Amino acid sequence: MNESGRNIRPGGERNYLGVAVPRPRVAFLELTSCEGCQLQILNREAGLFDFLDLVEIADFREVMTERSEDYEIAFVEGCISRDDEVERLRSARERASQLVAFGSCACFGGVNQLVNRIGGHGRAGKVVYGDFPVDARGVSEPVSSFVQVDLFIYGCPVRKEEVEKIVTDLVLGRPVVYPSYPLCMECKAEENICLFDLGEPCLGPVTMAGCGAWCPGNRVGCWGCRGPARDANMEQLFAVMERHGFPADMVMERLECFGGFNRYLDRGSTGTG
Amino acid sequence: MRLSCDIEVKPLTRVEGYGNISIRIRDGRVEEAKWEVVETPRFFEAMLAGRRCGDAPLLCGRICGICSVSHTLASIRAVENACGLVPSRQTSDLRLLLNHFETLQSHILHLYFLAAPDFLGQGSVFPLVKTHPDEVQRALRLKMLANDGCDIIGGRSVHPVRAVVGGFTVLPEKKQLSALRQRLETAAADLDATVELFAGFSVPDFTRETEFVSLKGEGEYPFIGGRLVSSDGVVKEEHEYLDMTNEYTVPHSTSKWTRLSRQSFAVGALARVNNNFAFLHPRARDAASFLGLAPVCHNPFMNNAAQVVECVHVVMDAVAIIDRLLAADPDDAAVRFEPREGVGVAALEAPRGVLYHAYEIDGSGRIRRADCVIPTGQNHANIYHDLAAFAESCAAKGMEDREIEHLAQVLVRAYDPCISCSVH
Repeated sequence: MNESGRNIRPGGERNYLGVAVPRPRVAFLELTSCEGCQLQILNREAGLFDFLDLVEIADFREVMTERSEDYEIAFVEGCISRDDEVERLRSARERASQLVAFGSCACFGGVNQLVNRIGGHGRAGKVVYGDFPVDARGVSEPVSSFVQVDLFIYGCPVRKEEVEKIVTDLVLGRPVVYPSYPLCMECKAEENICLFDLGEPCLGPVTMAGCGAWCPGNRVGCWGCRGPARDANMEQLFAVMERHGFPADMVMERLECFGGFNRYLDRGSTGTG
Repeated sequence: MRLSCDIEVKPLTRVEGYGNISIRIRDGRVEEAKWEVVETPRFFEAMLAGRRCGDAPLLCGRICGICSVSHTLASIRAVENACGLVPSRQTSDLRLLLNHFETLQSHILHLYFLAAPDFLGQGSVFPLVKTHPDEVQRALRLKMLANDGCDIIGGRSVHPVRAVVGGFTVLPEKKQLSALRQRLETAAADLDATVELFAGFSVPDFTRETEFVSLKGEGEYPFIGGRLVSSDGVVKEEHEYLDMTNEYTVPHSTSKWTRLSRQSFAVGALARVNNNFAFLHPRARDAASFLGLAPVCHNPFMNNAAQVVECVHVVMDAVAIIDRLLAADPDDAAVRFEPREGVGVAALEAPRGVLYHAYEIDGSGRIRRADCVIPTGQNHANIYHDLAAFAESCAAKGMEDREIEHLAQVLVRAYDPCISCSVH
């Protein structure tokens, strides 16, 4: 998925074990989102400035007044729901050699795309604002609907440990590898109690691993914020859920929540992926 | 020569979300002073309709990345109030503790990362790593403590997972609480240094008489639930929140605005400190006096000082809560939750002010109607009128336009606006 190292023009260099490592210039920009994924960037304080030192920050409006449009990597948080966001996204795409969809809103639309299932911005606008006119495109869409995305970092929120690893790989020019297996594998390895045994629904059988079974580890069933694992067996998911007494509509409500499973749902079938 | 200037700050930096400032002064007269909210709407209230009420907290946490704990807890309380569920003492204590850690995290992030660079002559926290290493290290220590507290109680700091309707899915271990307690006690030195640092920052001598709205302290400094109060003397019950907010729309904002007794009111740390000063921990009151903050303070720039005071309060109170939890026999992590038809309102003090979630739940346990009123949404009108009054005072003093531009940004930033949250 990632052609890392592609055209990354170093914004400076740092020396690591005698080897020159490029220090790319990066920008963080936010579209329709809660900015929680950018906040995650500022968490894990113990290594925060060492991590940020991997790159040169050109633009990070949430925490920085100086702004530059000269950067190689753009981290885009949030989805598209208004025309001016399309313009900002396209301009970032033109400037960056690597555009990263950062978090589930950017990757899939996130919770924001739920609005598409209730008649879009027009109808939802009536509910929230009455007759007050709302400037919005009608539906909330992932950034990949508008520009080419070089790299996806999944999660609502993204997990900082994973971000650190991916960014390090990106900077060093190593391939970025995602787990192809479902969350259940990770959850079992963590020796968590299975949520089904606790009487809770869980999308672990079909969701892409990589978060370390963050929610199931806290005894909360997975909602699929990272989207589907490769070869997600949707038919079996519905069968397992039914066997544990969870109706299909409850499974659907979970699958639709973050937008990652839309390609299975919009087919109008719950059959095999 | 009489001042004329055009100031455009589009968008304001070092705040959460998108907002613009524009000020136009001609011959010493303010023609326009505008605070514009241009954030894109997300329609959470519409998305909640039809959802199972037990799932609302998980969805509502996503309204805001910075105050996700507050939204989760307010959502839980609204559902519990609708269904007549009363949480255990242990659950109430853990929720308050979780809320305290979020308040600390949010205030420290704002004070050191967003506000302090203005007073230390930098555009961000990044150059401070070299110029003010002690301050940055202190900020990181306090922020890490706050986030670790959220992790231990809530499972994670952004979009907490363990807090659910009825209680918690997992309880912290006693040894984790003891370790947190120890770190909170040693944080006292960092808090003292924070008080000293912010006491050294001079803020403009600007006041505009303001109505302050918050929860009403009755025995203790209030954070979760209870009556509502305004400094103009309005007192309402939690479920009468609509009488306190009176939302309306304005053309230059995608966030709704609010009003009460005047054209605008303020919520947040300064409002809480002003309305509930007597209930602050004695060390927090000492900090206030050191910072020159005495109720009722009508200088909006002093919201930063009020946040420092609250950092001291929540750390001291967190120690007391942990002592209570360690002394008590452990209770069940959660009580069983049966959804039922009803209406529930929750008022909760989020870092930026009083937050309301109100749900109407139908017989099948699904949300029929939802309403969320956000702290920054309640502050927009006040920011707008403060900007106008501040521009007037700048024009009267004949200040240079660069200074006005700088201070106007410092003023809005002092409110610590959470703009995407206000346009939920």
